[in-house]
Amino acid sequence: MSQTRKKADVVIVGLGWAGSLMAEELTRAGLNVVAIERGAWRDTSTDFPPAVDTDELRWHTRRQLLQPMSVETMTFRNRDGQDAAPVRNWSAFQFGWNVGGAGTHWAGMSWRFSPWDFQVATQTRERYGAARMAGLQLQDWGVTYEDMEPFYDRFERIAGTSGAAGNLAGRIKAEGNVFEGARVRDYPTPPLKDTHWMSKYRQTTAGMGYHPFTVPSANISQAYVNPLDVAMGPCTYCGFCDFHGCGNFSKSSPQACILPVLMRRPNFTLLTETEVLHAVKHRDGKTVTGVKFITKEGVEGFQPADIVCITAYQMDNVRLMLLSQVGQAYDPGTGRGTVGRNYNYQTCSTVTGFFDGEHMNPFIGTGALAVQIDDFNGDNFDHGHLGFIGGAGIMGFSTNGRPIQNMNTLRPGTKRWGSAWKAGYARDYQTASTIFCQGTSMPVREAYLDLDPAYKDRHGQPLLRMTFDWNRNDIDMANYVTERAIDIMKATGAKDLLVDNQTERSWNPYMQHSSHTIGGAVMGADPTTSAVNPWLQSWDAHNLFVVGASAFPNNGGYNPTLTVGALAIRAAQAIHRTYVRNPGPLVRG
Amino acid sequence: MTNWKHIAGGVVALAVLGAGGWAYAKLNTARSAVADDRVALADVKNPEPAAIARGEYVMRTGDCVACHTAGKGPFAGGHEIATPFGTLLSSNITPDRRTGIGAMTEREFFDAMRHGQGSKGFLYPAMPYTAYAKLTDQDMHDLWAYMATVEPVENPVNENGGMRFPFNVRLAMAGWNLLFFDNSGFEETAGQSPQWQRGKYLVDGGTHCSVCHSPRNLLGAEVASRYLQGGNLGFWYAPDLTGNPHAGQGKTPAESLVEYLKTGGKTSLASGPMAEAVEHSFQYLTDADLRAIAVYLKTLPASGVTRPAPLPAESPAMQRGALRYEVNCSACHGVAGEGMGNVAPAFAGNPALQSDDATNPIHLMLVGGRAAATHDKPTGAGMPSFAWKMDDRQIAETLDYIRNTWGNAARPVDPAEVARLRERLGAGKNLPAN
Repeated sequence: MSQTRKKADVVIVGLGWAGSLMAEELTRAGLNVVAIERGAWRDTSTDFPPAVDTDELRWHTRRQLLQPMSVETMTFRNRDGQDAAPVRNWSAFQFGWNVGGAGTHWAGMSWRFSPWDFQVATQTRERYGAARMAGLQLQDWGVTYEDMEPFYDRFERIAGTSGAAGNLAGRIKAEGNVFEGARVRDYPTPPLKDTHWMSKYRQTTAGMGYHPFTVPSANISQAYVNPLDVAMGPCTYCGFCDFHGCGNFSKSSPQACILPVLMRRPNFTLLTETEVLHAVKHRDGKTVTGVKFITKEGVEGFQPADIVCITAYQMDNVRLMLLSQVGQAYDPGTGRGTVGRNYNYQTCSTVTGFFDGEHMNPFIGTGALAVQIDDFNGDNFDHGHLGFIGGAGIMGFSTNGRPIQNMNTLRPGTKRWGSAWKAGYARDYQTASTIFCQGTSMPVREAYLDLDPAYKDRHGQPLLRMTFDWNRNDIDMANYVTERAIDIMKATGAKDLLVDNQTERSWNPYMQHSSHTIGGAVMGADPTTSAVNPWLQSWDAHNLFVVGASAFPNNGGYNPTLTVGALAIRAAQAIHRTYVRNPGPLVRG
Repeated sequence: MTNWKHIAGGVVALAVLGAGGWAYAKLNTARSAVADDRVALADVKNPEPAAIARGEYVMRTGDCVACHTAGKGPFAGGHEIATPFGTLLSSNITPDRRTGIGAMTEREFFDAMRHGQGSKGFLYPAMPYTAYAKLTDQDMHDLWAYMATVEPVENPVNENGGMRFPFNVRLAMAGWNLLFFDNSGFEETAGQSPQWQRGKYLVDGGTHCSVCHSPRNLLGAEVASRYLQGGNLGFWYAPDLTGNPHAGQGKTPAESLVEYLKTGGKTSLASGPMAEAVEHSFQYLTDADLRAIAVYLKTLPASGVTRPAPLPAESPAMQRGALRYEVNCSACHGVAGEGMGNVAPAFAGNPALQSDDATNPIHLMLVGGRAAATHDKPTGAGMPSFAWKMDDRQIAETLDYIRNTWGNAARPVDPAEVARLRERLGAGKNLPAN
């Protein structure tokens, strides 16, 4: 059986943040949009109301908002020549499995990337010389922070982001991140409140001469009505955010911010529990004609469209490009080909300390509740005497006090079972606090994505294969930054430090502190090194747009969501303001 | 329920006996002779655009589309209406000649709308002709013009096939009309402003507020002496709209009533059938008309409901309710019952919550609900179900706390009431207590 649907102006593949932000822009501009989402409809009051949302076992431990491994996984190896094996647990990254995508279960840290992140190649060459780039596959994004600012601003307004400006149109403000790029206006809602640990971290880092500030958050601080007229409520600091939905309309998500309006628009159609298999290439080889999909009943179909926007998870964006055979697959041997190129993860470490006699009350938290210093992030410090580029945001966080998750956060030497363990956990739950270093990751030639030659999904299509390990630059960066975090933790007065520097072991998908996976269909001004142009338009099929963290050529020391959303809004505006009037490449390679 | 049959039998008898001036006044359609009696709806050509636009507005005030639509296209009928006498299906009112009202003339349309006498016989008063009787000739002419522009849909509907005997006999409704129907048109009240008159015209006519907000007698007729003092609809309660300061609108500013009708509300949010009324009807009304409705409602004399003494906060049941409220409700409704503007209603001082009739809060606790989603306020936030989590006593105690804290006062909720509604709503049992 098969069905061909009525042609749409635009088909959107995956309705997470990127898909729903684009659909909102495009339908408001009058285009007829069909979105295809392989997960099911999920809604605040019926799927994760407050009395259900705080079920840690269900959402965090058992990952019930994530794509089941039985549906699809990916394979992994550290380097060429190894046999890749399927990943059996979503730990290092979390595929969404519902309308809203990963935007439903994200923690909510709502960062803009720094101006440096968009121009690492140029800035490194200018400041430290070309030799510093040796061994790295650095390339600029083809957009600058200034290009991105209006779109960051738009996303923050839609999301209701809570924070304090540190650079308000060039005016530096101590309560915010003094290192941030200039913003035209302040955040729509004020920053969240400090927990006891955050106050201690703030005072300690300020005393050391650093510049602490409250992390910008999607767990918003007060009631808010966004530019789409959708209302949100204030966060209650319940601490069940990442891996969970939000029960009280406080965490920015497609559900909380966009879908109430989008679903009412007559020119928007949503197909749920329907999986796109690949885009279909036109005979001319220069465009695509739509997407082939399969319903949950196993019925195949074709959705014709003038424009195809792939807005799935980063990994799936790359996989769909490869399965659609649009663009040339990357070959690490020759360095040629663009699809799969510049795959990257994020280089992270944690330092946990214990405070005798204190009550940290970790059950007061939100997914994005933290105080950070950016003094060692990006290129905010002089790397002249150092052998690496990049850095990390160093934060003292209060993201959660989930009882199952934290039961291994115990002082060194504590027994891990029985009554001694219980006593140890009762002692340490209230006294532990953690510093998290969220570091940049620089691309190298050897890290890439391609289709696995052996493993297939339930539809017989090859799984995506990831080939990745930490590179020398990022290991050196992590070592340096982790030492800074240890210094801070010691200065807070904590004892019994636990240090977990991820780069001390080869990368594996089960032991990561980050979930921020990027690249593989990267943007850029040079078609020989990028799969999409600076408008996220495929260099190889001008009516195909590939939008997500797959477009990042390098990873910042920040969570990626705001940058994904800003790129999505920017691409959608380019489509409805420019492309539809004169379909063709928006820039010449 | 057995009483119904006896009484209804009497009604049929009354209808048969119905003769003389009394019946004439109740069944007379002479004032609708102003309507054309030659051209069928399906043959109406090119109505005046201004009349169509005005007619669409009349349709919005009457909210015809809500009850006459059920998946077969707008106005194609088939919407189920549960009554104590069986299930009615709304008729197809598209201009389809065979299955809709395409063969009706304007006069027949007037007779149905204003006098309850349709092409298949007497209408059931589930169709609010009791209110539409007040519609002016002009509004009716305009509505007719609009109906001519509706897309015809072939959809045969057996309107009263689900009604039990003797209520499936349409003639019985003639008797009902004799007893209860005020067949007269709208009459202005001396000494009131044009704005007030307009408000009363809308309330009593098109928007047919009393159909839900006035209590009904055993035969389903509105009790005139308790006009707009609140009515139980079975699964929902339409609250007291009078100036009663405790359970009515006595303390609600007219501006808040306008905002509620226009947008679904801010601290008090429309849900259930009222959300539908706001979404389909009120949000389309002009600000001047909404203002007129509010002005009129604010002049309604207070009902006789009095504020009881609040339940004592220190009782163990209230203490349990307080804890349960804090754990389950306060995230959205606030630790002081202040709510979250536009998302979750405030409880403190909310008159709808303090009515003697606790159907709405019990209903919402059991199966949840959804706020109106309007053009101005599209959020449509939802209230989750707690049926799976709380037993009948726990729901009753939680509601007692909400209804008797922050200055609120209301009679205690009986767990048996919760049990009955749980059964009727099919809400399922709570999980075993741990």
